[in-house]
Amino acid sequence: MAALAVQDLAVDFGGVAALAGVTFEVRPGTITSLIGPNGAGKTTAFNAITGYLRPRRGRVTFDGRPLTGLRPCDVAGHGVVRTFQKTSVFPALSVRDNVMIGLHLRGRSGLLAILAGRRAVAREEVQLAGDADGIIAFVGLEHRRDAIASALPYGEQRLVEVAVALAARPRLLLLDEPAAGMTGSEKDRLIELVRRVRGQGVTVFLVEHDMRLVMGVSETVIVLNHGRVIAEGPPAAIQAHPDVIRAYLGSARAQA
Amino acid sequence: MNRALAALAALALLTLPFWLASAYHLHVVIMAGIFTILALSLNVLLGYTGQLSLGHAAFFGIGAYTSSLLALKLEWSFWLGLPAAAVAAGLAGWAIGRLALKLRGAYFVLVTISFAGVISLVSVNWMELTNGPLGLPGVPAPELPGLSFRTKPAYYYLVLLAAAGAYLVCHRLVHSRVGRAFLALRENEALAESVGVDPTRTLVVAAVVSAALAGVAGSLYAHYTRFVSPEVFLFSYTVTMVIMVVAGGKGTLAGPVVGAVLFTVLPEALREAMPWQWQMLAYGVLLVLLVFFLPRGIVPALQAWRR
Repeated sequence: MAALAVQDLAVDFGGVAALAGVTFEVRPGTITSLIGPNGAGKTTAFNAITGYLRPRRGRVTFDGRPLTGLRPCDVAGHGVVRTFQKTSVFPALSVRDNVMIGLHLRGRSGLLAILAGRRAVAREEVQLAGDADGIIAFVGLEHRRDAIASALPYGEQRLVEVAVALAARPRLLLLDEPAAGMTGSEKDRLIELVRRVRGQGVTVFLVEHDMRLVMGVSETVIVLNHGRVIAEGPPAAIQAHPDVIRAYLGSARAQA
Repeated sequence: MNRALAALAALALLTLPFWLASAYHLHVVIMAGIFTILALSLNVLLGYTGQLSLGHAAFFGIGAYTSSLLALKLEWSFWLGLPAAAVAAGLAGWAIGRLALKLRGAYFVLVTISFAGVISLVSVNWMELTNGPLGLPGVPAPELPGLSFRTKPAYYYLVLLAAAGAYLVCHRLVHSRVGRAFLALRENEALAESVGVDPTRTLVVAAVVSAALAGVAGSLYAHYTRFVSPEVFLFSYTVTMVIMVVAGGKGTLAGPVVGAVLFTVLPEALREAMPWQWQMLAYGVLLVLLVFFLPRGIVPALQAWRR
């Protein structure tokens, strides 16, 4: 059974179809990539899946439970967590506080217990701080734990984003162009990190432009063009697919 | 060093009525305490969630009227009226939080201003209940068996306790998942949502806590001056609170305290120092200088300087 099932998902922007009814599946435990020329609707698909956009029609389910119509925070509650195309951290806060916010759903303390200063609250804080340190170490930012997020170099900010998302304990992690703007060695670290995340049983769904990364890391690649799925399959088949080649060359020519 | 300083400050605060002989000075200190609670309250919204409430005087006034009316009409004790004031103001905060469901920034500001305007009009026009613009005299001072808070020194300790309590509430909140959710909204709402922070719920919680604290301050104010009138809804109260929070350092725990004390004492000090024509001018110039040289506030500047 599919982890994520998207059926006939359609999104309009002022009458223009950004997604014209796409259907695809992401199998559990895989790394799946969504690619396509600029404007193909990749980020729109992410936004519609995670509740940031309301689709005009269509259905999204995760592990059989419908996500359509839920707010982003409730989607996160179902174990579906996304990152953003543009660098997106809590800028004025330390790396540790960033990750602590990511742990929000793991905390149980309610307002009254917090105001009453219950001991369970303090215990939970210690435990969450420990969890945060573990996640920070997992993405390799131990040396930056107390640094302010906005002061970090770009590549490390992107790792903070991944750490924040991981803290929310995703079962499906959607990464929106995680490698954009990264140097070659940073990309290698990212690939290795994505593999380790999957190794922990997390399904990874990726929007990415870097073809070396996509083809190197994914089991399945889904290709979007003009709001439609034009191909779907293992990387080797996708690279040889005539429609895909045409879509990419066509868009390159159109841009030139 | 830090601990010694804190102990010294605590000692000074605890013994203050014994060495601050003048009743006038003690009055200024009591007002500083009440404004400390107000500034802490506004800081929960402005400093932590990043939303500016320009109707904060409404929560202050609702608190003042609630416990005054309960005392005058139903003869409730202050010790029940104070929590009732917090609850009434908190409910108003809840309503504002719900109304402001999808509103942020300027729109949130407008909702809070309008709310304060409406509440103020009610207090002026509902003659049977509030006695309109004449206000309600004879609000009783708090009493305990064998102890009256009619005197300034006694009231000082009451306000000190309440301000310490408000500080504790903010402290606990900030160092918790709820306080972090406030910060998350201020810093990056879309990202906060992606990890499961419910923006509406979080903003409502912040508004309720903030309003309830302001309600406590209102109750303390009414039972201190023993009089309440629509004047408690004055926009200038809100402006004073904003100045205190911003000048002290919004989004810090100590900032509102420093701001509240400074901007309660400053006008009084100016009054002693110069003729009235110059007072507001000096106040304004000082404020401009402060904002110009310490744009993030006094406390963050001190923190940066110590590092």
